[in-house]
Amino acid sequence: MSEVFSAVATAVELVVRLDPDLVEIVALSLKVSLSAVLIAALAGLPLGAAVALVKFPGRRGAVILLNAAMGLPPVVVGLVVYLLLSRAGPLGELGILFTPAAMVIAQSILITPIIAALTRQTISDLHEEYDEYLCSLGAGHLQRITTLLWDGRFRLLTGLLAGFGRASAEVGAVIIVGGNINHVTRVMTTTIALETSKGNLNLALALGIVLIILAASVNAAAVLIGDAASKRYG
Amino acid sequence: MDKAIEPNRVMPLEVLDLSYDAGGKTLLNKLDFRLEDGVRTVILGPNGAGKSLLLRVCHGLLQPGSGSVSWAGRTPSQAGRELAMVFQRTVLLRRTVADNIAHTLAIMGVPREQRSSRIDTALKEAGLSELEDHPARTLSGGEQQRLSIARARVLRPRVLLLDEPTSNLDPGATAAVEGMIRAADADGTRIIMTTHDILQARRLADEVLFLHRGGLLEHTSASEFFAEPKTDEARRFLRGELLE
Repeated sequence: MSEVFSAVATAVELVVRLDPDLVEIVALSLKVSLSAVLIAALAGLPLGAAVALVKFPGRRGAVILLNAAMGLPPVVVGLVVYLLLSRAGPLGELGILFTPAAMVIAQSILITPIIAALTRQTISDLHEEYDEYLCSLGAGHLQRITTLLWDGRFRLLTGLLAGFGRASAEVGAVIIVGGNINHVTRVMTTTIALETSKGNLNLALALGIVLIILAASVNAAAVLIGDAASKRYG
Repeated sequence: MDKAIEPNRVMPLEVLDLSYDAGGKTLLNKLDFRLEDGVRTVILGPNGAGKSLLLRVCHGLLQPGSGSVSWAGRTPSQAGRELAMVFQRTVLLRRTVADNIAHTLAIMGVPREQRSSRIDTALKEAGLSELEDHPARTLSGGEQQRLSIARARVLRPRVLLLDEPTSNLDPGATAAVEGMIRAADADGTRIIMTTHDILQARRLADEVLFLHRGGLLEHTSASEFFAEPKTDEARRFLRGELLE
C-alpha cells in the first residue's frame, strides 16, 4: 500500500516540477489530438450540416450510419489505417506509418463521426425551429447554413470538445499506427499502458493525473460554455 | 390566360378555387375571394378552421393542392419581399434583440451602413429600445411578439400577414401588439391577420373572412358580419357556442 502512496507522491512531484519527459509526452498528445479535432471539424461540420439539410435518397440510412460510426472500435480503426499506410498498403508510399501524422489520421477517423453526428442533430433541431421563418424571408441555402451554424455554435463547440475528449483518451488506434516510439510517437495513453506493464507506476500515474485533469477541464468547459450561451442568448 | 402583372401594386389578393389536402383530408376547400387595398382583414374562425394554413398558402410558404393565389397578378414568390409574415409561435434567433433585426436586414441584402438606423427605428416603434442588447429569447411573450412584428416591418413590406399574433398573450401585451398593428395600418401597410378571438376581430377588422372546416362561409364587412351573420355557423360562433 505504501508503494502506491509513494508512487502517487512521486507522480504529483513530476507534474508539479514539470518533468521534461512528462511535458514532451503531454505536448505531443495535445498536438496530435488537437490536429485530429481540426481535421475532423473540417470534415464533420459540413458533413453533419449537409445530412441535416440536404434531402437525398438514403438520408435516413446515412443518419443511422453516422450514429453507428460514433462507436467505431479504435483498434479496428488502427488496424485499417495500419493496413493503408503499411509499406504494402495503397498509401504506403507516403511513409508516414509510425509517425504522429499516422496517429492524427487514425484519431481523425475516430472522431469525425462524433462531430458529424452531433452537428447533424444540432443543425436538424435548429432547422426545424427556424425553417418557416427563414423560408418566409426567402433565405438561400448559404444564408440558411450560416444562420444555423452561427446560432448552433455553442452546441457545436461542445461537440468539438467531446471529439477532443475521445481523441485524447484513445489508446488502441494510436498504439497500432504510432508504434509508441520514445520521443517520436509516445503519447499519454500509450505511455501509461507501457509504463504500467513495466511496473513503473510513477510516470504512468503522473500522466494519468494530467489526463484526468484534461478530461475534467474539457467537460467543465463544455458545461460552462453551455451555461454561458444559455444565459447570454436564451 | 395569365393576368396582367401590376408592378407597383401588391393588392388585390385574388384566391381562386383554392384547395389544400393533407393526410387524406381536405383542409381548405375551394376557396374563392378577392381582397382589396385600404382595409384591415381578419380571417376569423374556430381552431382547425384552416386560418393559419390559408395565411401560409397566401404567403407562399405552402403550395396549394389546386387553385391559385395571386397578388396583383403575381405569384406569392414573385411578390416576395412585399409580403412579411408574423407567426403565432414566435421564432426568435439565439441572438440579442438588435441582432435579430440585423439578421433579417442582412438576409435581405440591406447595406451594412443602413442597418443601424433601421434597427433603431424598428426598436423604437416596438418600444424595445431599452432591451436592444438583451437575449431575444428571454423577453416576455408580449415583448417577443412585438419584436417579431418589428422584425417583419423592418423590411417595409406592403402586406403584413399575422397568424394569431396575440393568442398566448395577456390583455396588456395584447393591447401593445394591437397598437403596433394599428400603427402599421396607419402607415399604409395592408393588414391580413387570423384570430379566433371575436372581441379582437371586433376591435381590428374592417372586413371579415369567416372560415369553418376549411370552407369560406362568409366574406363581408365587419359591421355587417357582427350585426347580421348570414350562416348558422357564424351566428353560433358569435354566440360563443363550440362548433364541431
